[in-house]
Amino acid sequence: MKRASLIVVTALFLLSAVLSGCSSGGTNSSGGGDSNAKKPVKLSLWTFQDLHKNYYEKTADLWNKSHPDEPIELTVDTYPNAEMHNKLLIALQSGVGAPDLADININYFQNFLKGDIQLVELNDIIEPEKDKFIQSRFDIYSKDGKYYGIDFHVGATVVYYNKELLDKAGVNPDAIKTWDDYIAAGKKVVAATGKPMTAFEVTNQRPFWPMIVQRGSDYLDKNGDVILDNETNIKTLQAMKDMIDKDKIAIPMPGGNTGAEEFFTFMNKGGAASLIMPMWYMSRFLAYMPDLKGKMVVRPMPVWEQGDVRSAGMGGTGTAVTKQSKNQEVAKQFLAYAKLTKESGIRIWQELQFDPIRWDVWDSPELQKPDPYFGNEKVFNVLLELKDEIKSPNMGELSSAAQDLVNSNVMFKALKDQSQTPEQALKSAADELRKQK
Amino acid sequence: MNPRFGLKKALYSEKLAPYLFVSPFILAFLVFFLYPACSTAIMSFQEVQGLNSSNFIGLDNYKRLFDVHFYNALKTNTIYTILSLMLLIPVPILFAVLLNSKLTKGRTFFKSVIFIPALTSVIVAGVSFRLMFGESDTALINAVLGKLGIPPQNWMLNYGTGMMLMVILGTWRAAGINMVYYLAGLQSIPEELYESAEIDGASGWTKFSSITLPLLKPIVIYTLTIGIFEGYRMFGESYVFWNEGMPGDIGLTIVRYIYQQAFQRNDLGMGSAIGIVLLTIVLAINLIQLKLFGLFKKDGD
Repeated sequence: MKRASLIVVTALFLLSAVLSGCSSGGTNSSGGGDSNAKKPVKLSLWTFQDLHKNYYEKTADLWNKSHPDEPIELTVDTYPNAEMHNKLLIALQSGVGAPDLADININYFQNFLKGDIQLVELNDIIEPEKDKFIQSRFDIYSKDGKYYGIDFHVGATVVYYNKELLDKAGVNPDAIKTWDDYIAAGKKVVAATGKPMTAFEVTNQRPFWPMIVQRGSDYLDKNGDVILDNETNIKTLQAMKDMIDKDKIAIPMPGGNTGAEEFFTFMNKGGAASLIMPMWYMSRFLAYMPDLKGKMVVRPMPVWEQGDVRSAGMGGTGTAVTKQSKNQEVAKQFLAYAKLTKESGIRIWQELQFDPIRWDVWDSPELQKPDPYFGNEKVFNVLLELKDEIKSPNMGELSSAAQDLVNSNVMFKALKDQSQTPEQALKSAADELRKQK
Repeated sequence: MNPRFGLKKALYSEKLAPYLFVSPFILAFLVFFLYPACSTAIMSFQEVQGLNSSNFIGLDNYKRLFDVHFYNALKTNTIYTILSLMLLIPVPILFAVLLNSKLTKGRTFFKSVIFIPALTSVIVAGVSFRLMFGESDTALINAVLGKLGIPPQNWMLNYGTGMMLMVILGTWRAAGINMVYYLAGLQSIPEELYESAEIDGASGWTKFSSITLPLLKPIVIYTLTIGIFEGYRMFGESYVFWNEGMPGDIGLTIVRYIYQQAFQRNDLGMGSAIGIVLLTIVLAINLIQLKLFGLFKKDGD
């Protein structure tokens, strides 16, 4: 009898322990690192990119060497892209389980700036050095003048030309100044090599987005209102469709986007003579397309008409500190160390092949080293020349939904299965967005 | 009163003890089922803006819900459910009958082989399927097609082939479970029925259609009900093929639509509204189906 009651009590106790288990975690704080300077402060970081993980782990080692009185112990977890952002969103909304620091992809960043913002304001580490950075790369992670994320790279969109194919067709990439020149050159390439000039993403948004941003248009205007179906955008998408159907210099991308294995194989085999992508895509060339070594050259984007800029800052990873962090100060200092210092700018280039947002390192010897993969050219000279022409897109509450719609519907329906004209596709996406407001 | 005495008394009381014993279930039900269900219903009328901030917007979520994406998702779910049921009832019955026959050799081996897919995770199996059905001409299936002189297919970027991938993956995983149900059903059919049928000179097919099938009816209804439910709540199969998002709503199911709205676009209110509508739809379909099969009738005959 006694045993029976004991079992019931134990069962009830276990049940309540299970039920309350989710709220009792995370109480073992390491004390903020103030009381005991020698004890390392534990910091956790979530990212969606293994390349970033290696970078952060190395940065933590460097930090511990240069800050012996303030050691940290950094644990980095990598999750798949969409999964990490959902996990983080749920952790932040429910108030438990978030890491100290998190890499947040620009596609999702606006989701984290809704309502009661659960990210820490970073103005005090950004403002002292702001003038040495590409300002627009801070703006995309800000709301009401407060900064919440710091990027790795500018993501300046450029054109990667396959010089071998261009030479066969007798085309000089330096002579391509406008998109009309580009189409004319493309026709020569197709005639001489049988290969298309370029491929457009159909399950993602490039080069459509950089092309409209360089013309001063966007998905949303400065106030966050939908302008996705304006005349410039329709004209641009129509021109892209014409490049596929009429000029026959472009094709819908094999695999659908520039991250697909199918595309890497296609491009690596010399499948297209050029690719319009941001600078950070250099790392993908180096990692996944080894056969193109020495054949690629980097040039600015052609323009549509006088007054357009020759690049646009695309993509990005805003690293943020969460309000749930118990060591916000240390986390912020570490973030500044990892992404804002001059040394970090150089390491971001050397280790990640990203174009750092700190432009005063672009002419440092490390970045000026000629790159054998890219035809032994000094890639950053292209970027220095473009420095004041790198626009970033406008960000607003509807940004994530807008990108999702363009990625999954507009591009596919207008360019791939062609079930809608560019105008119809943009109009229906814009209407859907307006309904959400 | 002494508390231990109270507990002892409660355990031995005929009135109280049953409640005490079911309390863990009731508690789990209240915390993990009823509470979330109620807050989903409430959230479907709200615009949820994150931690503790939300405002009531009445029926706005529901008004926005009935757009082309919702109908696409509903269509995909319905086609998927019908196709997978067309495979998931006859094929497992066939397996079960074959494996129940004493003439078949290596029965235990084949039972395990057919059941093993049920133990793998959708994601793990799905990743292998995704690689097999890759777009490039070097991916397994396209390479095989290439040998037969068929041009490589764009499996994941067409509605029809995308649907086929989901049905294949879903059926491959669920066939084993259904087979086990049918095997259990077959073993409960008394041997005497077959013996007397043989005495009357019944052929193999007559035995199957007049004895086996009618006696398996309860199991068929069970797998049908579960199958409908599984078909409409399908998520993993779609997620693994198009995990970042799908072009032109290929493979967009209702649960996938919830996921997209609630998490990828951070609109939990909208997600909740879709969830409530899904619940209504599945409930209605299952009720109609059970009524058609006469499950609500008292056992008259």
